[in-house]
Amino acid sequence: MAQKKFVVGCFDDEKVLFPAVKQVRAAGYKIKDVYTPFPVHGLDHALGMRETSLHTAGFIYGITGTTTAISCISWIFTKDWPLNIGGKPHFALPAWIPIIFELTVLFAAVGMVMTFMWLCQMAPGVKKHHFHKKATDDLFVMVIECTDKTNAEDLTSLLSSKGAVETDIQIAEEGWWFGTYDTENDNLYNNVAH
Amino acid sequence: MASIKEQFEIPGKLKTWAYALIGIGGVALLYGMFTQGFSTDEHEQVHFWGTLMYNTIFWTLVTNAAMFFLCFSTMAQAAWMQSFRRIAEAISTLVPIFGAITFAVLIYVVVSEKHHIYHWLDAAAVAKDPILKGKAGFLNPTFFIIWTTLAIGLWSYFGYRMRQISREADENPMDHATAHSFNIRSMTGSGFFLVWFGLTVASTIPWLWLMSIDAHWYSTMYSWYTFASSFVAGMALIALWVIYVKNKGYLELTNSEHLHDIAKFMFAFSIFWTYLWFSQYMLIWYANIPEETVYFKHRVQGAYKPIFFLNLVVNFLAPLLILMKRSAKRNFTLVAFMAVLILFGHWIDFYQMVMGSLMKDHVTLGWLDFGILGFFVGVLILMVARSLASKPLIAKNHPFLKESIIHQV
Repeated sequence: MAQKKFVVGCFDDEKVLFPAVKQVRAAGYKIKDVYTPFPVHGLDHALGMRETSLHTAGFIYGITGTTTAISCISWIFTKDWPLNIGGKPHFALPAWIPIIFELTVLFAAVGMVMTFMWLCQMAPGVKKHHFHKKATDDLFVMVIECTDKTNAEDLTSLLSSKGAVETDIQIAEEGWWFGTYDTENDNLYNNVAH
Repeated sequence: MASIKEQFEIPGKLKTWAYALIGIGGVALLYGMFTQGFSTDEHEQVHFWGTLMYNTIFWTLVTNAAMFFLCFSTMAQAAWMQSFRRIAEAISTLVPIFGAITFAVLIYVVVSEKHHIYHWLDAAAVAKDPILKGKAGFLNPTFFIIWTTLAIGLWSYFGYRMRQISREADENPMDHATAHSFNIRSMTGSGFFLVWFGLTVASTIPWLWLMSIDAHWYSTMYSWYTFASSFVAGMALIALWVIYVKNKGYLELTNSEHLHDIAKFMFAFSIFWTYLWFSQYMLIWYANIPEETVYFKHRVQGAYKPIFFLNLVVNFLAPLLILMKRSAKRNFTLVAFMAVLILFGHWIDFYQMVMGSLMKDHVTLGWLDFGILGFFVGVLILMVARSLASKPLIAKNHPFLKESIIHQV
């Protein structure tokens, strides 16, 4: 729960957005994120974001699933409760492969979804500050977090000069918190018209 | 696009290699044919014709997979492969050549009644064998010859039609109406190929050519297994040629984005192959019925055990672990290495599919196998290079080309 100061610039055209991203970064500002209504090809590179580690996490979850399945099923069928099934050996690896595979997929899938939600700070029953409602409609919303050295007015005028159709300085909660959009006054649905 | 090099010139070194391989391989092939193929000893005959059979069937199906790749991409209106489609087309020109060799070998085996290879050719044995009698409507010389002729003939013809249509994109820029009709005709052409491919490679042809070696045995997974094996090897072959031609300074429009997608196919279909491998193996292992386990008995517990498990390591574990990372799929050196490994792996797979049934007692892998392999690789190199040099490397007026140029994964 940390309130921080942000400078927000809204763009209505990709062709304006890309040079603006480049120039704002060149001027030494660190862009927190650009919220867009749809995935924009190449924007992650323009923002200088590093490659995601989500797939490495997925691999680790998968391996965990494999290990869980093998150790669990082999313990059950060889130590805990050995059964004679059609004269097959107790350690019947081929019969276990489907289960090992399923558990690998299950762990990897569920783990990756949860990690993704954690990284993006979204989940059922939690709320995040929206810098501009139209980021889900037709605006590209660039957000820069202010440090002690940032001159917010300078930055605002820089954004305007680079083609921002709307600029704003906001003090806002950075992270996520419990709550739903439809029960609070400042909700997405009431304010969407503005 | 003034800077694009459209005309491939065959490097002298490549020609030397091709002729050397054809020479050495050809000598091995002819020597094997006269000492073993036409010998009076049935064991030696089976060794030679079996070895030639799995090589020629493997390379026919692998080169045909290149046309299959083009056709299903065209059917899906995929654009990303347009920048290197001429590579796949050049590989598919080998289908009539390798197909003719396959045709000659198979017809010879059937006409001269080599019943040690195809047990169902032995009329006396079929007459008192209820299982083979039941299959006689399918497994008989007449049907075999007709279906083989049709299969190879129509693969070659539909492939030829597709390449002809593709050449239209070389000439004048297309307006909207021309591009539309071009697109429709490409899709219709690929439709014909795909339907025939489904009726042959994905079902009947592996039953006829390969599975009928074990005349009593059958597996419903067999055809898809063979298809997966040849398709993943076909993608590896396309990757290898793309990398080679690009290394020579051509294919400016093909980059690591395209390589990434080719390598995805290599990765995904290696796993698909394993899925079929396992589905075939597990059901038979689980049911444990003697007439089914007979196929795996000498492969899993006999002389072919090392090859059988090497197969799984090379074709499953290696692609799974090495090609999993994004950066690996975009690395030209690594993908080239994996392409060679996968091609070798599936060649070994075809080896054990055929020779594992013909020569149950001992592994025959030796000079004859590698000699014949060298011959086929030599022909492949020479003919693909010639085909590449005979037409522009890029279909520059293809309606989807721009989409391929800006392709991003």
